[in-house]
Amino acid sequence: MTTLGLVYFYACAVAAVLGALGVVVSKNPIRGAMGLLLLILSVAGLFLALHAQFLAAIQLIVYAGAIVVLFLFVIMLLGPSAATPNDRRGLVPRVFGGGLFALAGIGGIGLVVRAWLAANHPLPMPSVDPSFGGIDAFGSVLFADALVPFEVSSALLMVAVVGAVAVARGRQGEHTMSKSELEIARSKTVSTELARPRGSERSGVFSHEIDEAKESAS
Amino acid sequence: MIPIEHYVILSAILFLLGGIGFLVRRNTLVTLMSIEVMLNAANLALVAFNRSRTWHPVVSGAPGQSHTGQVFAFFIIAAEAAEVAVGLAIVLSMYRLRRTVRSDEADLLKN
Repeated sequence: MTTLGLVYFYACAVAAVLGALGVVVSKNPIRGAMGLLLLILSVAGLFLALHAQFLAAIQLIVYAGAIVVLFLFVIMLLGPSAATPNDRRGLVPRVFGGGLFALAGIGGIGLVVRAWLAANHPLPMPSVDPSFGGIDAFGSVLFADALVPFEVSSALLMVAVVGAVAVARGRQGEHTMSKSELEIARSKTVSTELARPRGSERSGVFSHEIDEAKESAS
Repeated sequence: MIPIEHYVILSAILFLLGGIGFLVRRNTLVTLMSIEVMLNAANLALVAFNRSRTWHPVVSGAPGQSHTGQVFAFFIIAAEAAEVAVGLAIVLSMYRLRRTVRSDEADLLKN
């Protein structure tokens, strides 16, 4: 049991670290989303090992089922412009910040390891009822002791939905320049600071606007 | 059983990776995913500490067993879903305005 548990833990841990590395390193955001999916699956496996069955199920449903799919939707909606080209602008401050954070984090990990090695009689994990972490026990806590935060979180989700719709929709009648309009504006040497294009060809969800603008111009 | 320190160290490593990604990458989609990685690490630490302090009578749910860490992780998952919805809406809105998803080109308020 102990050996098997150790093998399970290390398999999940290695998969989680590989997934996190995939998110951070990958150039293509689709690969990043797949790394996030790997991380989420392995963290759900670790939740199972920690006797949190209900949370493991929630993790799979909410993360793998909703959040990763939402990310994939947006990445595919943006098309090729979701992957940003790599250049060296602002490299020094970014690497400086990342390195400082990494130093602080490695220091924190070192403190945990030192405390672990100093405690020569490690506490065994307590034994629990089979119902611990199941939906019965979890639900009774959630609807008795944590009822107020539960209701507040429902309000939070409602506000988030309304806010997401409002932000993604934009104001009614708000004018966004299409590509041909931008070129016309440029030829008249009007300042196009608000909507200067990056890159040459664009495809994705907004390409139909460009086509419509071309048709109306011709 | 696996000692609690294993879980805490793994959680710290994941948090570190997510933080580095958040600070170094400029693609806003990758930045949002790095935030997800960090919140997952926090959830893992919460659930692990809950498992190692099961009998501490802080919250009375099932008799003698405390689910506080797990309930906390549950609310973090809910907050995270809201964060991703709003964040991706902002990314789409920025793309509509600037035709880019790079965070260093969101400089309309500069100068």
